[in-house]
Amino acid sequence: MYWNERIECMDREEIEQVQLEKLQATLNRVYKNVRHYRKVFREVDFMPEDLRSIEDIRKLPFITRRDLSRNYPYEMFAVSLREVVRLHTASFNFDDPVVIGFTENDIHDWAELMARNLTAAGVGKDDVVQIALTFGIITGPFGVQVGAEKIGASVIPISAGRLYQQVKIMRDFRTTTLVSTPTVALGLARAMAEMDIDANSLALKNGIFGSEPWSADTRDALETALHVSAMDTYGLTEIFGPGVAWECPEKNGLHIAEDHFIPEVVDPHTLEPLPPGSEGELVLTTIAKEAFPLIRFRTGDLTRIDYSPCACGRTHCRISRIFKRSDEVIVIKGASIAPEQVGQAIARVSGGQPNFQLVVTREADADQLLVMVEISDINFFDEMKKQRRFVERLHQEISEALGWEVAVRLVEPGTFDPQRRVLDKREYI
Amino acid sequence: MLRLVNVNSYYSLVHVLKNVSIHVNEGEIVSMLGANGAGKTTMLRTISGLQPVYSGQVYFNGQEITHMNPEKLVEMGIAHVSEGRQIFQPMSVHDNLELGGHLIYKRYGRKTLKADIEKIFGLFPILRQRRQQYAGTLSGGEQQMLAIAMALMARPRLLLLDEPSMGLAPMVVKEIFRLIADLQKERGLTVLLIEQNARAALKIACRGYVIETGRIVLEEEAGELLVNQEVKRAYLGKEQREIWE
Repeated sequence: MYWNERIECMDREEIEQVQLEKLQATLNRVYKNVRHYRKVFREVDFMPEDLRSIEDIRKLPFITRRDLSRNYPYEMFAVSLREVVRLHTASFNFDDPVVIGFTENDIHDWAELMARNLTAAGVGKDDVVQIALTFGIITGPFGVQVGAEKIGASVIPISAGRLYQQVKIMRDFRTTTLVSTPTVALGLARAMAEMDIDANSLALKNGIFGSEPWSADTRDALETALHVSAMDTYGLTEIFGPGVAWECPEKNGLHIAEDHFIPEVVDPHTLEPLPPGSEGELVLTTIAKEAFPLIRFRTGDLTRIDYSPCACGRTHCRISRIFKRSDEVIVIKGASIAPEQVGQAIARVSGGQPNFQLVVTREADADQLLVMVEISDINFFDEMKKQRRFVERLHQEISEALGWEVAVRLVEPGTFDPQRRVLDKREYI
Repeated sequence: MLRLVNVNSYYSLVHVLKNVSIHVNEGEIVSMLGANGAGKTTMLRTISGLQPVYSGQVYFNGQEITHMNPEKLVEMGIAHVSEGRQIFQPMSVHDNLELGGHLIYKRYGRKTLKADIEKIFGLFPILRQRRQQYAGTLSGGEQQMLAIAMALMARPRLLLLDEPSMGLAPMVVKEIFRLIADLQKERGLTVLLIEQNARAALKIACRGYVIETGRIVLEEEAGELLVNQEVKRAYLGKEQREIWE
């Protein structure tokens, strides 16, 4: 089943023509309208008309999340603010803020992409889609909503949390499609078991899960517990949220919407382009976005690109499922966390920078974050009471910075390798 | 069906088309928007071989046609209706149509030519009424219809239309556009359309490009271009620019 068969199944030559056209148009627009791009293009002596083929994109510099926050709030916009109809500040943090704008057409495009994604996952106009993702903290649910409404499905924008109510709604409303993070879906499965509700008494058949890495085992667990076909979807806040790449029924990689994005895979250290099939950092260029175009954006996600034909008939290339990042950012509970954020919070409390390590574990299908802080002169107190208060303040400050509860523990020096700031103990494969 | 890749074109030293890449799919109406002097007409002339290509490639049905001469291109099925109603004024409507069909005459003979002219009269009943009149005595709208009819006589697969609404009354413009839309729907004709009347053009088009000083800056579905603020302001004459900043 396709939403837009002509586009999703066009041949390689056609895809390349569309990509070249849209890339040239995008470069002409950003060169004219965005100071940052004009500056960096001039630094490498590049004019938009120097782009003769898609490969020429390699002459352009990369842009990173840091560039985006340096141009906070509106400097990266390629249209004036009066043309922007929506602003997303998902996963907003004070130290490294980014604002993403959408024009009316961007929202329209997003709906189109999400409609393709949902159709590939088996959603049709008779389906009832329950969106158990937190509106606001991540952009995902807004995209799912516009896409599902475009298809004509019925949407229940219920947000995450309140698992028992969700299960009741899922049963009473005859929900056929669940969209959530895998963690929430497993939580719902547990709630169902506690409420003694059998998956057979539900109408569920499709599950679309994303916004955090999840393994093949989790897929099996979800499919068994909820009686759904569990599909992965990939996206990033800086572009749309979901709607960048998604699984087709073959479940063998995620198709990137190549009429909207040009993907590249580069070596995260040398930044040299890698041939198709080798693992490296995914770099994306948007070629249809009006308000917030990104040229060679480093996603930090490690993947492989596969251009071989897919049995589902879609011709757009596939990326492998994403489990790892090239930097130390960890994705947990649907939000991404950079160790620097935690480091800054610790520094605010202790007035210095003690060594620390973030330990991510998965307990009872829920991700837990433990922050281990090394005891040193900066944070050593001989009074137990003071020590306890210090840990409490650390806990408060870090939880405040990240937006949810973490565990904090003071440990002896030598407990962990101070060079390694992130220890991810979750198993994905 | 039609594909331009990195086309550059000059009028002596003036760089008119700067790395233009566009495509038109079979059966589509694609509209090209742009201000005066942006390079729209040059693009059509480049496609139909009237203007030399400096660099880049033009493909038609997969075959490269970059440096082919115009006669060959007409034979291959590209018809160009240039701006300003280029018809033979001192000749009758019927003779104009016969002239437009000279290729058909050469290939299939007199009978086919006659049948084709009949078909055209079916499409343009007004021309049947005026068949013996001198083309120069027709009204503006009728002359434009005759120009399009002449192009259709060559049995084209791709029609390049340069400002068909220029200098015509609004009622007549409506008629012309309805006709173009019908040609696409009923005959599966592919059309690349240049038009100052952006709203009317986008209403019948599938997709559109916006060209600014020789560079393509936007490519979108026609419906999306209609709501694009930039396009609204520049080409649809909607909403005055307010002070912002």
